[in-house]
Amino acid sequence: MKRTVPLLITGIVGTVLIVSVLIPPAQSLGEDFSLFFDIIAVFAFFLGGGNLFRIHLKKVFHRKEDYGFSIVTLVGFLVTLTIGLFKIGNPEGISGSITAAGSGLQTIFVSIITPLSSTMYALLAFYVASASYRAFRAKNREATILLVSAFVILLGRTPLGMMLTGWIPEQFSIFQIPNLAVWIMNSANLAGQRSILIGVGLGVVAMSLRLILGMDRTYLGSDK
Amino acid sequence: MEQFGIWLAALLTIGIISFLYKDNILYKACEAIFVGVSAGYWFVTYFWDNLYRKFYLGIQGAELSDQIFLWMAVALGVMMLTRLFDKIGWLSRWPLAFIIGATAGLYMMTYFVSNAFVQIGATITPPPSMETIGDKISFVLIAIGTFCGLIYFFFSKEHKGAFGGAAKVGIWFLMVTFGASFGYTVMSRMSLMLGRFDFLFGEWLGLIK
Repeated sequence: MKRTVPLLITGIVGTVLIVSVLIPPAQSLGEDFSLFFDIIAVFAFFLGGGNLFRIHLKKVFHRKEDYGFSIVTLVGFLVTLTIGLFKIGNPEGISGSITAAGSGLQTIFVSIITPLSSTMYALLAFYVASASYRAFRAKNREATILLVSAFVILLGRTPLGMMLTGWIPEQFSIFQIPNLAVWIMNSANLAGQRSILIGVGLGVVAMSLRLILGMDRTYLGSDK
Repeated sequence: MEQFGIWLAALLTIGIISFLYKDNILYKACEAIFVGVSAGYWFVTYFWDNLYRKFYLGIQGAELSDQIFLWMAVALGVMMLTRLFDKIGWLSRWPLAFIIGATAGLYMMTYFVSNAFVQIGATITPPPSMETIGDKISFVLIAIGTFCGLIYFFFSKEHKGAFGGAAKVGIWFLMVTFGASFGYTVMSRMSLMLGRFDFLFGEWLGLIK
């Protein structure tokens, strides 16, 4: 029951979904299983939310270090939950869409989540730049190729690239940095991308087969 | 309300940017807000989109077989929550097994077709608009680069001799790809940063018209 049933479920569900792609009359099975998947995923989110709540509540209860930030997390979580579940501030009431313009949840998304996430990602620009300054030394041929490629793409996507190489005559326009950047993207970069994509595709096929055939059982964990 | 939203967004933006100076209380508070609010947001979104729309509205007036099907999904979902209890925690393996099986089945075919088949086809089929000598050179270069890149990823044979040479060429092409990806990542992050400064100096302070 603890190991055999889950292995059977994985095998049957995986096989049915593969067959549903290959046999047109069975295609609706794939859609039904996707619906099943979506509903189960909700409970995975419940589990995640519940865990977050439990961990931070424990931290506050035991007055652990920096427990004040746990209070902030809990307040943020509960306020968003209340506003979203009861659709507070929704112009169309409880029957309206949660993402309706002017609704509480939409305001939270626009005023809190968007600025926080985009600024977090934007910060990476500084750290990537400083890390690359230390790491990008043309120590060997491979590092030099990487450096040149990155440099051309960076310059090619800014007005500086055209300013520096705009003087190159039309018949040699491929050597103008913006054109060189386009060429790199459409040829050498494409070759590398394709080999990675093909490799990933074959890797996913191998991994999926291992899971469906029950050869990989790590997701079941241990019985201890 | 709109002004409140702008002020809130501006303060949170400044809070995150303050990390460039050093790790500080304002940044940590913004980080904690981000974690809590994001978890709550996705919780609510999944609740209304999946549990309410797909399950609750789905069983309204549906045939008995469809209702049983949807209730089975909920039962599996509830079993997922047993992970919180030590004694019956093993029951959560059933829904997990379903998710693993469904993901494996769906992704296997999708990746096999879109990643492997389509990419191989595009590499060996000359594009219809191959007019100039430059197009022809690019086509050959892409084919060689893809082939050599794949050789590099083939670890069942030692990279020696001609095989090793081809793998080396594959690494060069991969380095170009990594360089290009790096360049694009930096540019996209810079664009986000400009967007935030545009918001601070334009929408918030009104200095940019």
